[in-house]
Amino acid sequence: MRSTEEKGYFADYTMLTLDSLKLNQVVKIKGLTPNSLASKLMDMGMYPGKSVQIVFKAPFGDPIAVDMDGYTLSLRKDEASLIEVE
Amino acid sequence: MKIALLGNPNSGKTSVFNQLTGLNQKIGNFAGVTVDKKSGILKSSEVPHEIIDLPGIYSLYPKTQDEQVVYDILSDKEHPDYPDRIVVVVDASNLERNLLLFTQVLDMGLPITMALNMTDIADKRGFVIDLDKMSEMLGGIKVVPIVARSGKGIKELIEDIIENKPRPAAEPFMGGEFDEGQFLIKDVEEQKSRVENRYKKINQLLQFVLKRKKVEQSIINRHHAVDKVLTHPVFGYAIFFAIIVIIFQAIYAWAEWPMDLIDTFFLEASKWVKMTLPEGVLTNLIAEGIVPGLGGVLIFIPQITLLFAFIFVLEESGYMARVVFMMDRIMRPFGLNGRSVVPLISGVACAIPAIMATRTIDNWRDRLITIMVTPLMSCSARLPVFTVLIALVIPDKSIGPFNLKGLTLFGLYAIGVIAALLAAMVFKWIVRSKEKSFLVMELPLYKMPRWTNMGIILWEKVRLFVFDAGKVIFSISIILWVLASFGPSERIEEAVNELSKPANPTEEQLVEYNQEVASTKLANSYIGILGHYIEPAIRPLGYNWQIGIALITSFAAREVFVGSMATIYSVGENFDDENTLLERMRSEKNRLTGKPVYTLASGLSLMIFYAFAMQCMSTLAVVLRETKSWKYPVIQLVYMTALAYLAALITYQLLS
Repeated sequence: MRSTEEKGYFADYTMLTLDSLKLNQVVKIKGLTPNSLASKLMDMGMYPGKSVQIVFKAPFGDPIAVDMDGYTLSLRKDEASLIEVE
Repeated sequence: MKIALLGNPNSGKTSVFNQLTGLNQKIGNFAGVTVDKKSGILKSSEVPHEIIDLPGIYSLYPKTQDEQVVYDILSDKEHPDYPDRIVVVVDASNLERNLLLFTQVLDMGLPITMALNMTDIADKRGFVIDLDKMSEMLGGIKVVPIVARSGKGIKELIEDIIENKPRPAAEPFMGGEFDEGQFLIKDVEEQKSRVENRYKKINQLLQFVLKRKKVEQSIINRHHAVDKVLTHPVFGYAIFFAIIVIIFQAIYAWAEWPMDLIDTFFLEASKWVKMTLPEGVLTNLIAEGIVPGLGGVLIFIPQITLLFAFIFVLEESGYMARVVFMMDRIMRPFGLNGRSVVPLISGVACAIPAIMATRTIDNWRDRLITIMVTPLMSCSARLPVFTVLIALVIPDKSIGPFNLKGLTLFGLYAIGVIAALLAAMVFKWIVRSKEKSFLVMELPLYKMPRWTNMGIILWEKVRLFVFDAGKVIFSISIILWVLASFGPSERIEEAVNELSKPANPTEEQLVEYNQEVASTKLANSYIGILGHYIEPAIRPLGYNWQIGIALITSFAAREVFVGSMATIYSVGENFDDENTLLERMRSEKNRLTGKPVYTLASGLSLMIFYAFAMQCMSTLAVVLRETKSWKYPVIQLVYMTALAYLAALITYQLLS
């Protein structure tokens, strides 16, 4: 039997995160996974409600370059996976 | 008056600082922390105003050491660096994010001015900003529109600083969060929700302040098109490789003659001192200790200047961020990140500017690992050592199309790269840090570098090296000189007296005699004695005491090995005599076995030793300067020497 924590993990796994988007697909940020990095991302302009899109990727598909209103941020994929989008 | 300059990274804060202060800059320390403090005196002002350049940050909530420094200064009126007023540089082309920090600082209640920078780029992107409205909605603070790169608006900014009395905003933007006496919110979730609310309020403000006009083609799209080429899986790496080749070509081509010039100048100066001053210990100290010691510091200036000139162009143009972006994935398994690439590659020219260049790595752990492993990259000072040893022991044969000597040299460079990466992996396990490695960074728009800024930065780097690291390098070189020139009082004298001076020497005989005296003196100096003393420890590597002496003297710098060998074998330090030196070394026999000392096994063992050993006091001095702790240069010296010893031991034992 799985513990409740693990269930929670698998439930979260189905959410759409920034790292899994296609190029140039415009989405809105829904939330950030609580993590020490999350508040850093927030300071850099990634807050819930903000429109974002992946504009290009590095070789090997990681890191990714994300455009937010004409301002480009580079994020590693595991960093982008902390950002839930809709 | 004390004025603090603050802003987001990439907001052009450094350009504003340079415009305000010119060359009147100095570097110190913020009280109690190891973060460099840049400060300067405001230009064109009768009353001296001190400008402090605070580290570039995104938010007042401290998550990095830089943010902590800024928060500690601004929240403590008793802090020695607490400013009388603060100028916050705001990027007009990215108001939303820049206003986050601005309004946070405004809420602290400090007298504040907004330097609204990059108004030209904002205009190109079609942003129309209502300055009066913005000032009104931010509690009546002064907004000065500027273009720091061209200097537009700087006069008005200086006027505001000099003429207007500092005053805080009439009311806070969001009360309660950063009020005086308020403790900083520690809960991360609470911080996040405060930041989110602040963004909401900033967006409300922007609806009144920011209007958009139509522009022909989005400059953003054009920049992204360039990005796609420069970070392309094939073209991206090819372009980067080409740029690196050009940089190295230039460094080798352009650094050589000023280095030769400095070298010759100090050699001549040393000779001149010996000829002019009366013979004695003091003269020797000046001619053989102080003058070459100074030369040994200044000789690095050409390489430092050139390498930083190139790094400046890469950085300022915005290309560096793309290199980091492209290389990050490759470097990650080694405990390094994309920002380690340029310092590591620079290490092939010289570890000193390379280690100074690690400042762009904002994560302390990644930076420390990069500093620790960079000296393993084969620098240009190893080349003369390798050249002599390869000529000495590697047969002139070919394997297929490849010459064996060339292959050996290539192998030594490859070993350096591999060792650096493997050592980084080891350090990744050893160095623990609370700060998690991350790469969230801005990819700034491409820009033309500003050459006036380049002058200021190069001057800063050279000054930092000469006056900070230079002190240590100079002191060690004097100590080494003393150890190589003096010995237990009668020992040197006795040994020299044993040499038979020819009665009526020809000029040739006299030169020969003097060389023998020099050799005898070195062999009986403290270093010579030490060389004899360590012989048992280095015999398993295939070395004798002569090599022991050269190992110790070349701690000053690797290339000294060649000169020491020449002195020990009394063949003169003249490079034209390199063949004489090679012949002399070839004929050297082991005292116990009668076999040649320099064989393939001992030669390779020596090459491997020089590939790994930390035989460079200047690098250690720079590591001390950059890490601000004796701990790291000591660890580096110990681990590299141990690695060199073990690798050389294995090499010799396998081959002999």
